[in-house]
Amino acid sequence: MVGLTWSWAFTWEVLPMILSAAKVTLLATLLGSCLAVFVGLAFALIRRSRHRSLRSLIYWLVEFIRSTPLLVQIFFLYYVMPEFGISMSPLLTGVLALGLHYGAYLSEVFRSGIDGVEKGQWEASRALNLSMFDTYRDVILPQAIRPMIPATGNYIIAMFKETPQLSAITLLEMLQIAKIIGSENFRYLEPFTLVGILYLMFSIMAAYGIHMIENRFPKEGISLK
Amino acid sequence: MEFGEIVSVLLQGAVVTIKIVAMALPLAAAMAFIFGLMRLYGGFPLKQLAVVYIEFFRGTSALIQLYWIYFVLPLFGLSIDAMTAGVIALGLNIGAYGTEVVRGAISSVPKGQFEASVALNFTPSQSLRRIILPQALVGMIPPFGNLAIELVKATSLVSLITIADLTFKAKSLADMTLQVGEIFGVVLLLYFVIAQCLALCFRYLEKRLSKGLGRGGVK
Repeated sequence: MVGLTWSWAFTWEVLPMILSAAKVTLLATLLGSCLAVFVGLAFALIRRSRHRSLRSLIYWLVEFIRSTPLLVQIFFLYYVMPEFGISMSPLLTGVLALGLHYGAYLSEVFRSGIDGVEKGQWEASRALNLSMFDTYRDVILPQAIRPMIPATGNYIIAMFKETPQLSAITLLEMLQIAKIIGSENFRYLEPFTLVGILYLMFSIMAAYGIHMIENRFPKEGISLK
Repeated sequence: MEFGEIVSVLLQGAVVTIKIVAMALPLAAAMAFIFGLMRLYGGFPLKQLAVVYIEFFRGTSALIQLYWIYFVLPLFGLSIDAMTAGVIALGLNIGAYGTEVVRGAISSVPKGQFEASVALNFTPSQSLRRIILPQALVGMIPPFGNLAIELVKATSLVSLITIADLTFKAKSLADMTLQVGEIFGVVLLLYFVIAQCLALCFRYLEKRLSKGLGRGGVK
């Protein structure tokens, strides 16, 4: 039977192709996580706004994004946005979808991180007559960052593992390449297993990296100036 | 195509999605308990087996696991249909996350409870069944609820191995009619409704199970 035994020759043949597709996966994750941090912070800050309607709008938006599948959101952005005259490449669409989806999750992390800063810090900023912007930038956020690192890192790793879904809108990332190789050669065992191992390796490395960052991070926070 | 027709086709897909959830959820719960208990109380090979299972299914992507089960297992002579492959992949994936929930909830039961059941001469299985689990179960419900919603969302992946679930129907309808706005809008809404219903069930379950345990203070 074809493909029953592991062929090392075939493995070495397909490895370079899969590794070059890994660049696309990593790029999508990197851009996606930058966008997610930005969106998450914006959502978290709006959730603290003075206007009740604004707060509940963001609450339901976050709830909606979190309880619908990423795959459908990707399809929605990819097929519906052109109707409004915005067409984007699969990569950009994917980054936007990942960024929004995980931005919604991160907003909850950031919100609890900001809430975790002591009340006295807010009062002291008020006493020093700092503006809202200065209070967040110089006092609150620098102290809020460290406790948020582990949860943020987990979500970024989760995002990394969801990038294969971008193959559904024809982005040539690792899994898509593996599937193409598999269907061309009628050998799925090696490409799929390789992709699985690569994901496992990257995830473990990233988890270790996040642990390092958390340990090295100064306890008193960092200046955001 | 008329809006009513679109909705009725999508509802058929939603039924398939709900069916998959209904089958994968018990599997995930069973995996979570079996491997969670193995991880906590298992001897040398069992504990390591549980760790490998958890790390493997949490460390790789759900879509890869699905493809692996659907495309690679047949090469070993284990041919399974798409539906079974989907249920197994999702059940094992969510179950791996559930394992940690079970472990966390059981280890957060106060140590005195274990000691008291030893003092009262309970066998290990009795103390687990009668003393520990009833208390641990309440703590498991909220994270299990979150995982159930994750499962609902993950079912959209099975559309990629040709199961005619909600996402699959949406995709083929969209390719056919090009009314993408309505179709994907309705689909997002349907998933949202399914997820919220599940969340409601779990909130009810939590209330039921926490009765008489004196948790959460006076209300």
